[in-house]
Amino acid sequence: MQKTVSFRLNGKPVQIQAESQRSLLWVLRTDLALTGPKYGCGISECGACTVLIDGRAVRSCTTGIGAVEGKEVMTIEGLARNGELHPLQKAFMAHDALQCGFCTPGMILTAHSFLRTHPEPTRAEVIAGMDQNLCRCGAHVRIVEAILEAAAALKGGAAR
Amino acid sequence: MKTSTFTPLAPQFRPDDLCPPTRRAFLQRLGAGLMIWVALDPLYAAEKGKGAATKKGGRPPVPTDFNAFLSIGADGQVTGFTGKIEMGQGPITSLPQMLADELDVPLDRVAIVMGDTELCPYDQGTWGSLTTRSFGPLWRAAAAEARGVLLELGAEFLKVPVAQLITRDGLVIDSTDAARSVAYGTLTRGKRIERHLSVKPDLKKPAQFKIVGQPLLRRDSREKVTGQARYSGDIRLPGMLYARVLRPPAHGASLRQADLTAARALPGVVVVEQSDLVAVLHELPDAAEAALEKVRADYAPSPSPLDDRNLRDHLAKIEIAPRIGAHAGDLARGKTLTGRRLDDSYYNAYVAHAAMETHTALANVEGKKATVWASTQNPFGARDEIARALDLPVPSVRVITPFVGGGFGGKSFNLQAVEAARLSQATGRPVQVMWTREEEFFNDTFRPAAVVNIQAGLDAGQRLVLWDYEVRFAGARGSDLLYDVPHHQISSVGDASGAPSAHPFRTGAWRAPGCNTNAFARESHVSRLAELAGADPIEFRLRHLTTNPRAHRVLSEAARIWGWQPAVGRSGRGLGVAIGLDTNTYVATIAEVAVDQGTGRVTVKRVLCVQEMGLVINPQGAKIQMEGCITMGLGYALTEEIRFKAGALADTNFDTYALPRFSWLPKIETVILDAEDSPPQGGGEPAIIVMGGVLANAVYDACGARLRELPMTPARVKQALAAG
Repeated sequence: MQKTVSFRLNGKPVQIQAESQRSLLWVLRTDLALTGPKYGCGISECGACTVLIDGRAVRSCTTGIGAVEGKEVMTIEGLARNGELHPLQKAFMAHDALQCGFCTPGMILTAHSFLRTHPEPTRAEVIAGMDQNLCRCGAHVRIVEAILEAAAALKGGAAR
Repeated sequence: MKTSTFTPLAPQFRPDDLCPPTRRAFLQRLGAGLMIWVALDPLYAAEKGKGAATKKGGRPPVPTDFNAFLSIGADGQVTGFTGKIEMGQGPITSLPQMLADELDVPLDRVAIVMGDTELCPYDQGTWGSLTTRSFGPLWRAAAAEARGVLLELGAEFLKVPVAQLITRDGLVIDSTDAARSVAYGTLTRGKRIERHLSVKPDLKKPAQFKIVGQPLLRRDSREKVTGQARYSGDIRLPGMLYARVLRPPAHGASLRQADLTAARALPGVVVVEQSDLVAVLHELPDAAEAALEKVRADYAPSPSPLDDRNLRDHLAKIEIAPRIGAHAGDLARGKTLTGRRLDDSYYNAYVAHAAMETHTALANVEGKKATVWASTQNPFGARDEIARALDLPVPSVRVITPFVGGGFGGKSFNLQAVEAARLSQATGRPVQVMWTREEEFFNDTFRPAAVVNIQAGLDAGQRLVLWDYEVRFAGARGSDLLYDVPHHQISSVGDASGAPSAHPFRTGAWRAPGCNTNAFARESHVSRLAELAGADPIEFRLRHLTTNPRAHRVLSEAARIWGWQPAVGRSGRGLGVAIGLDTNTYVATIAEVAVDQGTGRVTVKRVLCVQEMGLVINPQGAKIQMEGCITMGLGYALTEEIRFKAGALADTNFDTYALPRFSWLPKIETVILDAEDSPPQGGGEPAIIVMGGVLANAVYDACGARLRELPMTPARVKQALAAG
């Protein structure tokens, strides 16, 4: 059934007519032209499609568009503000924490959500917090380093 | 971070350029400039010829007299053109490094256009770790010749002899008066010159490098952390349709009939029904998916009697004459010299490529012209396949390669690009084909399941005297013996693509094809022979590497860095060792594991890899490739396998096909040995090849379970423990 869904997307109000069971991933990628969230598996196993809903990392491939009514949705495109990269983005760059880059938006947003609840994480906590995101290139060790560095930077006053 | 520096992509590189210009228009946009034409190098011709012969079933190389690799704009901006593509291994950084150094321009003035068949010179494909070692010298030669031409032009401009001139930072400078200089851009402005140097300049020596050899951060990371990087699935064209293709439930199942009535009735659905291609299309991908679910198709089942339990016997029995590779001495003589024999066979399952990006393409066929954006490792191969499928002349097809989300060999297979092109031709609209993960598994060209049989013997002095080795259906690559054994023979049955009767589905190149299978078998067997000889596995290896100094060096360095304490037989420490050779790069890896004997679960605690790869272009990038190889290699060693029956796959997504995860991470140490006086060798593959062997040896050392089969799942470890 067609339905009007109103929500905030990367800080701006959005209204969209859509079947409410359509997946958030395809609505974002096609109707809203935000291709940062990637399709990797379609069953919430890989995390490439991760977006933030009210700050929490969510797999957009298995989330219906109806579920974001009234919510704040952020994709990777919304993370940098006025061209200023988020500490996580800077740390991923500084550590070369990516290769092909396809899992990267999901990794960064999952880490963003994780750091909200774990502002001073140990390495073991980072590993546990990221364990449901897949990377095939094997950038894991650098992703862990990048998240630890970003956590330190955020704690040191770079937080927003 | 350490000494690594970041140079952003130069401005001409626009991954989201939706209206790609022709080469002529592209060069006009760069500004009138100097075109450097470089004669086809014999080495490159050999590479292409070899690739054509081995990858394309004997198709002759495309005849090309000249190739353009770079242009220098009037503003001094350099643009390099390469048919190589960026799928994570980092040539987007290392290739400009080489060009900048050879040309004496700052790295931030070098842009690169990759994998566009209209803008870039022919290339056989991005695989085999050939980008640096084989394409690199040609690419550098183009830059060296350009610099030589610029010196000549500078001499005319400044009216001084060439011998008096130097180049630096994009300038030709009078060495007797540094105030007298001219920018490359000034020399090329308004000119379009085709000029060769009669004497080709030498490439720079390592001591002259300023940019090559520096550890540089990736140049594409800003695009990739902001979501701006465009992959094939991210390209949008007006009026485009998303297609879902009807797939059989099993390999070998044949379509009897498809009822598309219900799908056709859905609003906005377009149906294409051809004898070998049935698809439903819609302006929304999820609507196309829903329409596909309405298609009722009836298939005759696959006649294949094979499944993952009987496959090993099947592969072991197929009668095909082996190809004999390296051999020396006399096997019969070796057998008579043998005091103790160790004969055994090894096996590994099918493994998927499982790149995070599924095969994707967007095709726009307008009349006699086709433009296709494709996630591919061989854009020129895709172009040729599309031209054949559409019955268009090759020059009418243009393949553009945006960022590729992982390949590992799997994206040398371009079916999705052909499907998108055919569907665009059939509908008259741009069409995107993005395989679902299930389609990706179904259509994958798996790393072949393979068998290795080894007969080996030690003489009375505990030296290896016999090595009779046969690899079946993995290919001979990586089957090199490496060790000194007077009587040996290496033979290979079939290759990575199998034989017509070997596999129930397609197989093909998977990161370092053949090598993972071969190194697993050889290194497992050598460690077992060491124990039989009453020797420490490293000492035993070193004793048999006296005529192989590069292998000897990586292994002795690994032992030193690890702090190896020799031990004979099973030590209980969970330590393993393995060495390997791939793409002329040597690796030695030592690993430590723990095995839970109750569950059979293997935990990898520490991995050290020492690599000698000749001259290193980007040490940062090279070490990252080693880390990636080690991490990826945990998967095929421990969990990854395709289970199947009668052509149908049991593993079609990441819920049952287990990729390595963060929680598996061992402590990883990578060391690259200095060898800058020898040419650069492969870096994207070598470190993965030893992972099966090193972990199998470590598992044995930990608990006494000798695994002759990969992956070493908990069930197999327990089974091996029970077998004692």
